[in-house]
Amino acid sequence: MDVKPSLFDRLVRYARGRSPWLFHLNCGGCNGCDIEFLACLTPRYDVEQLGIRLEGSPRHADILCISGPVTRNTQAALQTIYAQTPAPKVVVAIGSCPASGNVFADSPSVVGPLENFVPVDVYVPGCPPRPDAILEGIVHAIEILKAKVVRSAEGGTYV
Amino acid sequence: MSYTIPIGPYHPALEEPYKLELECEGERVRAAHLQIGFNFRAIELLAQSRNVIQNIALFERVCGICSNVHTLTYCLAVENLLGIEPPLRAQYIRVIVAELERLHSHILWAGAAAHILGFQTLFMTCFRLREIVMDLLESISGNRVNYAMNAVGGVNRDLTDPRTVQEGVHQIRRAVEEQLIPVFTTDPTVRARCAGVGVLTKEEALAWGAVGPTARASGVAQDLRQAQPYLIYDRLDFSVPVQESGDVLARIIVRALEMVESCLMIEQALDQLPSGEWRGQLFVELPPGEAVARIEAPRGEVFYYLASDGGEKPVRVKVRTPSFVNMPTVRLMLKDATLADAPLIQASIDPCYSCTDR
Repeated sequence: MDVKPSLFDRLVRYARGRSPWLFHLNCGGCNGCDIEFLACLTPRYDVEQLGIRLEGSPRHADILCISGPVTRNTQAALQTIYAQTPAPKVVVAIGSCPASGNVFADSPSVVGPLENFVPVDVYVPGCPPRPDAILEGIVHAIEILKAKVVRSAEGGTYV
Repeated sequence: MSYTIPIGPYHPALEEPYKLELECEGERVRAAHLQIGFNFRAIELLAQSRNVIQNIALFERVCGICSNVHTLTYCLAVENLLGIEPPLRAQYIRVIVAELERLHSHILWAGAAAHILGFQTLFMTCFRLREIVMDLLESISGNRVNYAMNAVGGVNRDLTDPRTVQEGVHQIRRAVEEQLIPVFTTDPTVRARCAGVGVLTKEEALAWGAVGPTARASGVAQDLRQAQPYLIYDRLDFSVPVQESGDVLARIIVRALEMVESCLMIEQALDQLPSGEWRGQLFVELPPGEAVARIEAPRGEVFYYLASDGGEKPVRVKVRTPSFVNMPTVRLMLKDATLADAPLIQASIDPCYSCTDR
C-alpha cells in the first residue's frame, strides 16, 4: 500500500541525496579502477563537493562502488557485504570487468559478471573509466537513490 | 591474555581484498598470518589460450598500478625468444614511460602512507602532485592507467612532445624536493609514527629474499637497473638510494629519493632521445624455446618466464612479482609491534595483491 510521504520522509529523502556515503569493494580487479576511484576523492576531481564521503563500513553506506570481475574467492564476501548494506542502496559497477568480465571473461576462477550476484543500478564502462566518468556514474546513482526512498514511518511500505 | 584479531578481506585500512590475522598479547602483535588469493584470476592459464599480441593486453591487466611493468617484461621475454632488439628510440620511450610509472606509483604510495598515518593534508598534496604525472602519461600514451605503450619489438606510440614532459618532470622534481621530502623526513608526526617501527634487518632481508625498496631500506644495495642494466639504463647516470636502518621511515626515504632519481633519469633520457624508427613489428608465431626477462619494477624485481612449442600461443608463462617475495617479510616486521602500527607496517612494503594473486 502506497503512503503519501510525510514531511519527515521528504526531509530524509532530501538529506540522503545530499550526503550519500560510499563503500568501495574490489572483487578481484586489477587496481586500475580502484586508483581511479581514489583519484575521485582527491583535489582535482573532489567527489566530496557532492557531499559524498568514503565510508569504511558497509552498514553505514548508501552507495556500493564495485570493481573487478568477481572472482570465486570474493563472491561470498561480496554477497555478505551487499546484505549488510541497509536499504535503500544503489550499486555502481566501476569498469568493464563487473559488466562483462573484460579480458578475464573465460577464466575458470572468475564467476562474474556482477549482475549474477547483486542487482546493478549504474554501469560505468571503461578499462579503467576516467575519474570524470566515475563521478558521473555516482551522480546518476544519487538520482536513483533519491527515487528509491524510503521506508515510510507510518505504514512500513516503500513509496 | 592472547587473542586473535582478523582483519579483512574487506577493511577500511586495506585497499585490496586480503586477510590478515594478528595474534596479539595486549597491545603487542606476537604473530601474523596472511591469507591471499582473493584476486586470483588465473591469468597465467588464460595466457596459454591467447596469442602473443592478445597476451600484451592481458598482462597489462595483471596490475593497474604497474601495468607498464608487466607488458614491458612480457615484451622483453618475447623479444629474447625471438632474438630481436627494439630500435633505440623505442628503448628510450620505454624507459621514460617506465620511470614516469615509478614516479606515479611511489607518489601514490606516499599518499596512501600519509592517509594511514592520518595526515590528510599530505595525502591530498601527494595526490595533487600525482595528477601532474598522470597528465604526462596521458599526453604520451593517451591513457591514464593502462598505457598500452609496449609492443613486441617497439612501442605503439611515439613521444611527440618532449618539451611538455621535460617541463612537467621538472615541476614534479621541485615539488618532491621542496615539499614531500622535507615533510616526510622532518615532520614530528611522521617521525614519531615511523622511526624505529617495523624494523627489518639486513640479515633478515637477505635471508627472506626481499627485493626493491624494501631491501634497499634494509641496507641491501640491489637494483637491477644498475646490477644488470636492460634497455638503455647503462647510458643514464643515476644513483641507487640505500638506507641502513630498515624501519618504515627508511622505506619512506628510499622511495622519496628514488622519485628524485627517476625525475633525473627522465630528464637525461629526454635530452638523449634519438630520432628514428620506434614501431614494433608484427610477429604471429613464436619460435620453439624458452626465454626469461626481469626488470626493476617500482616494488622490486619482476620476473617473466615464457615457453613456446612453436605455435601462436605460449605453452607456459610464469609471472613472479616483487610483492610475492616481500610479503612474507611483513611477518618479521609485525612481530612485537603495537597493534596500531600494523596497518602502516604492512603498507610500508607497498604490497600489491592483484600482482601477487594474478
